[in-house]
Amino acid sequence: MRLLPEVLAPFSPQIAASYDDVVITVDKSKLVQMARVLRDDSRLSFDLMRLLTVVDYNDHFQVVYHLWSLGKRHRTVVKVDTPAAEASVPSVTSVWRTADWYEREGKELFGVNFEGHPKLEPLLLWEGFEGYPGRRSYQLFDYKEF
Amino acid sequence: MAQSRPLQSLDMMVNMGPQHPSTHGVFRMVLWVDGEYIVEAEPYIGYLHRGTEKLCEGELYPQIITLFDRLDYLANFNNEWTLCLAMEKLMSVQVPERAEYIRLILCELNRIASHMLFYGTMGLDAGAMTPVMWGFRERERIQRLFEATSGARMMHNYFRIGGIKEDVPEDWKARVSGLASELEKSIEECDKLLTYNEVYLVRSVNVGKLSAKEALEWGVTGPCLRASGIPYDVRTSEPYSLYNRFQFDIPVGKNGDTWDRYALRVEEMRQSVKIIKQALGQMPDTGPFMATGVRRIPRPPKGEVYLGTENPRGEFGVYIVSDGGDKPYRLKIRPPSFVNLQALKAMLRNSYIADSVMILGSLDIVLGEVDR
Repeated sequence: MRLLPEVLAPFSPQIAASYDDVVITVDKSKLVQMARVLRDDSRLSFDLMRLLTVVDYNDHFQVVYHLWSLGKRHRTVVKVDTPAAEASVPSVTSVWRTADWYEREGKELFGVNFEGHPKLEPLLLWEGFEGYPGRRSYQLFDYKEF
Repeated sequence: MAQSRPLQSLDMMVNMGPQHPSTHGVFRMVLWVDGEYIVEAEPYIGYLHRGTEKLCEGELYPQIITLFDRLDYLANFNNEWTLCLAMEKLMSVQVPERAEYIRLILCELNRIASHMLFYGTMGLDAGAMTPVMWGFRERERIQRLFEATSGARMMHNYFRIGGIKEDVPEDWKARVSGLASELEKSIEECDKLLTYNEVYLVRSVNVGKLSAKEALEWGVTGPCLRASGIPYDVRTSEPYSLYNRFQFDIPVGKNGDTWDRYALRVEEMRQSVKIIKQALGQMPDTGPFMATGVRRIPRPPKGEVYLGTENPRGEFGVYIVSDGGDKPYRLKIRPPSFVNLQALKAMLRNSYIADSVMILGSLDIVLGEVDR
């Protein structure tokens, strides 16, 4: 893990610490290449994707990847930002197939386009549902408390 | 197999579910079959989608615990515990030892209850009626203890951020220890009934194989991953709570077939009993059950945290983004069944239609957490 800045130097990431996690923030154009290095480099070997999340920060979306290495027993977090007006992030399904349904969910609930996903179809909501219910701006509560 | 047949024929599309008794909930899959073989399968989910993650954004932190009960409704305590542990990590709360032991024992009992139900339904999927009766009987014993502890059989709402709602009844320790020895016997009984039954072996050995490489690619966790030969268990890989104080084994399968996934869960029940017995010996008899200094409506500091625990079905995780308020800014759940279900497509390919029910059953999904 100490080698992380050295191994990832070609992708010029920002590396920070939060609780017991190492957080790597990277530009979305370098995401897939970096993901491949994270998985295949024998010093890192992050072979298990635990979680893929979209977080809505009103002006931008953040896609968060939680990774775990079975052999090395270490964890890391990768973050990618994308502007809200043109929410789009390259798909990592070619690196971790686990991302398949997570990305479909992200597209459906947040409207983030995952470029290169083999089949970005709705997953959870019914056919013809309009809007993105995961977003902060989506009003969920139709009742008012007095 | 299907590819080597000389005759050309059209694939037939067969719809299965959502109201099919063997789908363990409202789950639908479409199968393209060539005679008796499945050529391609496509699962469809979302029939139970309630938007739990979005609902959580509108609730105070203690109110979320009730929503978590309704995710994996066969392992309620484990769900509650994950949220509480994540919140405690976020707020750096030290939970009193007695409370932590009680929570751990209840979660291990819940694991046995969940696996007992799996044991029953697995037998039912193979066409045997007795296992489901026996499995439910054992599960009911555990649930009676849950009722005595929390007041509810299933939707407990018993764990709190920093401890538990109230102390356990006076004779609790004796009751749990009696239950543990009863379970020890009945696990052996159940094992004898089904595991090496000849018909069951024919139906499950070498059916629905999932290789270790494929399982890892799809992100499968829990018993399904361990059955393929990878000893990944969050309890030992990232020991949370008090798990580094116990001696227990992580059973691992060889073939990754339906029988391995079944037999591994039976073995896991034995290990859980082992953990419970050790925990009962170590648990202090008196002491506080709630951490001091936790406000009734907690406001965790700004930050984000991910915590995964080993649920009966695999790694259950919670990712909380806090903006310093009394409600989460974003809460994401990692449901093990949701991720495991993705691998179903790979497992069904080139198997018999008749085995599809067994293969789906061996994944042990709960639609409450698949759809959230």
